[in-house]
Amino acid sequence: MYPMKLQPTEAPRATRRDFLKFTALAGAGLIIGVRLGGGSARAAAGDGPNFTPFIRIDTDSTVTVFSKHLDKGQGSATGLATLVAEELDATWVQTKVEFAPANLELYKNLLFGIQGTGGSTAIANSFEQYRRAGATARVMLIQAASKRWGVPESEITVSLGRVRHGTGKSATFGELAELAAWTSVPEAVTLKTPDRWVYIGKSFPRVDTYNKTIGAPDTFGMDLQLEDMLVAVLARPPKWGGTVRSVDATETRKVRGVVDVLQIPQGVVVLAKSTWPAIKGRDRLKIDWDFSQAETRSTSDLEAEYRLLAQRAGIPFRNDGDAGAALSGAAQVVEGTYVFPYLAHAPMEPIDITILFEDDRATLWTGSQLQTVDQNVAAAVLGIEPKDVAIHTLWAGGSFGRRAIYDSHYAGEAAAIARAWGRPQPIKLVYTREDDIRGGYYRPMYVHRVRAGVDADGKLTGWHHRVVGQSLMMGTAFEAFAVHDGVDDSSVEGLKDATYAIPNFRGEVHNTSVKVPVLWWRSVGHTHTAYAMETMIDRAARAAGRDPLEFRLELLAGDARKTGVLKLVAEKASWGAPPAEGRWRGIAVQKSFNTYVAEIAEVSRRANGTFRVEKVWCAVDCGVPVNPDNIRAQMEGGIGYGLGAILRNQITLTDGAVDQDNFDSYEPLRIDDMPDIEVHIVPSGDPPTGAGEPGVPPIGPAVANAIFAATGEMPQELPLTRGGLA
Amino acid sequence: MIRFVLNGSERAVDVDGDTPLLWVIRDELKLTGTKFGCGIASCGACTVYVDGAPVRACQTFAGDVEGTRITTIEGLFSRESEAVRAAWRELDVPQCGYCQSGQIMSAAALLADTPKPTDADIDAAMYGIVCRCATYHRIRAGIHRAAEILEG
Repeated sequence: MYPMKLQPTEAPRATRRDFLKFTALAGAGLIIGVRLGGGSARAAAGDGPNFTPFIRIDTDSTVTVFSKHLDKGQGSATGLATLVAEELDATWVQTKVEFAPANLELYKNLLFGIQGTGGSTAIANSFEQYRRAGATARVMLIQAASKRWGVPESEITVSLGRVRHGTGKSATFGELAELAAWTSVPEAVTLKTPDRWVYIGKSFPRVDTYNKTIGAPDTFGMDLQLEDMLVAVLARPPKWGGTVRSVDATETRKVRGVVDVLQIPQGVVVLAKSTWPAIKGRDRLKIDWDFSQAETRSTSDLEAEYRLLAQRAGIPFRNDGDAGAALSGAAQVVEGTYVFPYLAHAPMEPIDITILFEDDRATLWTGSQLQTVDQNVAAAVLGIEPKDVAIHTLWAGGSFGRRAIYDSHYAGEAAAIARAWGRPQPIKLVYTREDDIRGGYYRPMYVHRVRAGVDADGKLTGWHHRVVGQSLMMGTAFEAFAVHDGVDDSSVEGLKDATYAIPNFRGEVHNTSVKVPVLWWRSVGHTHTAYAMETMIDRAARAAGRDPLEFRLELLAGDARKTGVLKLVAEKASWGAPPAEGRWRGIAVQKSFNTYVAEIAEVSRRANGTFRVEKVWCAVDCGVPVNPDNIRAQMEGGIGYGLGAILRNQITLTDGAVDQDNFDSYEPLRIDDMPDIEVHIVPSGDPPTGAGEPGVPPIGPAVANAIFAATGEMPQELPLTRGGLA
Repeated sequence: MIRFVLNGSERAVDVDGDTPLLWVIRDELKLTGTKFGCGIASCGACTVYVDGAPVRACQTFAGDVEGTRITTIEGLFSRESEAVRAAWRELDVPQCGYCQSGQIMSAAALLADTPKPTDADIDAAMYGIVCRCATYHRIRAGIHRAAEILEG
């Protein structure tokens, strides 16, 4: 997708807005936007100062990397800056990051085809693109220096943010930026070989830490304060499918600061001058809801239905050999029925989005994770073109999947509110924690029924696995991408592609229909498939009289990267030596998002019978570790995130209404629950893969397998509080 | 009008007495480093000091802070706070960062009381401050590191 050189014509003075407009027009063009003194940009269409859409170099030598990805804590902004600084030979202190505007052509995720962040793809899809951008800018700086100094390009070097020639001539990037922007864009660039990397593989500090230690303003969407801004809080139906029959807002309108109460298709909106009156006003609404079309089942009803379905044949997703015959002929059959609850993502920053709708154009300010979808949804509600929806992406206070929404319901709500209000005034839609916890878009509830057969020689010969639950992708724009012959890959990932050498493997899925909206939750299908598979492997190992590690290594002999992380984690944890008195260990491995992670959990038991996770060893193979310290941080965080969920998190329904509503009833992991963690990274020259999600899947089964080692009973119903184990 | 001293400056706000201090600070006085996380004093993202003691601003009300001295993350400056910040930067503690104002306010208060905290001291003092990114492992390490820095 390289490069279309835009010939210089006359250079108009242009504002930043024009720079953004230009990038919107530039198609596959390669632009270096050079901002000149006084903050104006000269990168309007056709005027030539073009580096790439990913880099701007200011006359003060600041290198700004435009991140096409949302950073919601996973560290991708630092990762992308690392890639650019590497090939540009910039210093770390001169390198800054800004989020790119919404522009599908320029900033699409190369693995998605839309602009968006998710699936642990930020570094994977950008690894070449952002290095190439850095290398391109570097060549253009050299061209500029060559022109200015009258020396051959081949004699010019760049290091640590300076361009030099052997004669002693030297210049900063800023001194050359303007001239460089007018030089021709190189047709091809050569990337550094790994032995010359200065940044990649070293842990340069995060670009966002400083601001996050001083409470810097305008960091998160929730903090946005615009002149004349209103705050909106929305009363949504307490059961999915419910509608407003009538509303009495008399008491609400009496609240000081409340500006108006409006009805939109999604519910009743309270608009106020600030947040508190909006919340207080909503509490005083009297709404008569119509639940005639609403979901009214309880989770106990759903669980009973799912358990019944799990007894019946479903849509096949895998059929190797003859699992039925293998199980009938097995010396021993181990069987498990697993229950996984609905889970809320509960990022620290509840959802928020600010919208300004004026003159057939809309602007959104939010931690936008799927910019293209946010644009399309807002545009459809407002009756304008998606290109006329500008997005200012802000740092997000976590997401874990919650901000990557296939129907972008929050942008839809904001647009409906802006349209109903009808004035060109910014409106910030705020979700309270209750809105977040009760708001749906959960990790679906699932039931798995698994049978595994072991023959007289202790070989795992047969596996029959049924998955029952809602599909994430069916009925969404992602259906064509992920659903084939009635099977949503995201329901069965980790099983469909399991690499255990099991000669007879049958997998089936039942897609259930519930009005609860569901969504990918950090590591998606692996959140439940890894638990079922890895705990059943331990049970099969016990039936076979084998050590769980040895059993895995034998069955995974053909999967060098899985055995690689297993062996590394086992070595670091001294798996062969028995744990201390009163300690038990479990091991699990999962490949997710092309990254291989093995974890060993060591648990102790309290006097009341509950377990505490004391220590976790983790080994990860994610290809080239672009920033090892950030990979360690993501593994630590993934372990904590997964652990909190399996210990005590569940969303349950009573007659269709959610029982939990805040952190008192959906109690998050706290510091005293956090185990000590050691992370070991497998050295690798393979292309980098994800880090944000893959730390999550192994922790649940590793802990369950440790409990199994302690008690002989495998926990099959989550969270562990259900069995009095946490 | 309700009057108090915020980060060393006298301020007066015209709000209902039942308005949580959190929203006074964020929406009236436009200091947004103090975060909204739960509204029920369950997550600690809104931790500020009132007369030197850490409190949850979401459950402290405007009517109760007349005449007090309030410190937010923007005005936090002490030996302990700067040691905590230095340790946080050294170890890259934050991920999403949304809870970190509350973490840093609480960690600085802990170190002011207990210069060499044990893991148990840390768990007890930091229990109420939720981090959904689960940076707890580094928060613990960061507090130990800050204690070292303070020792010189």
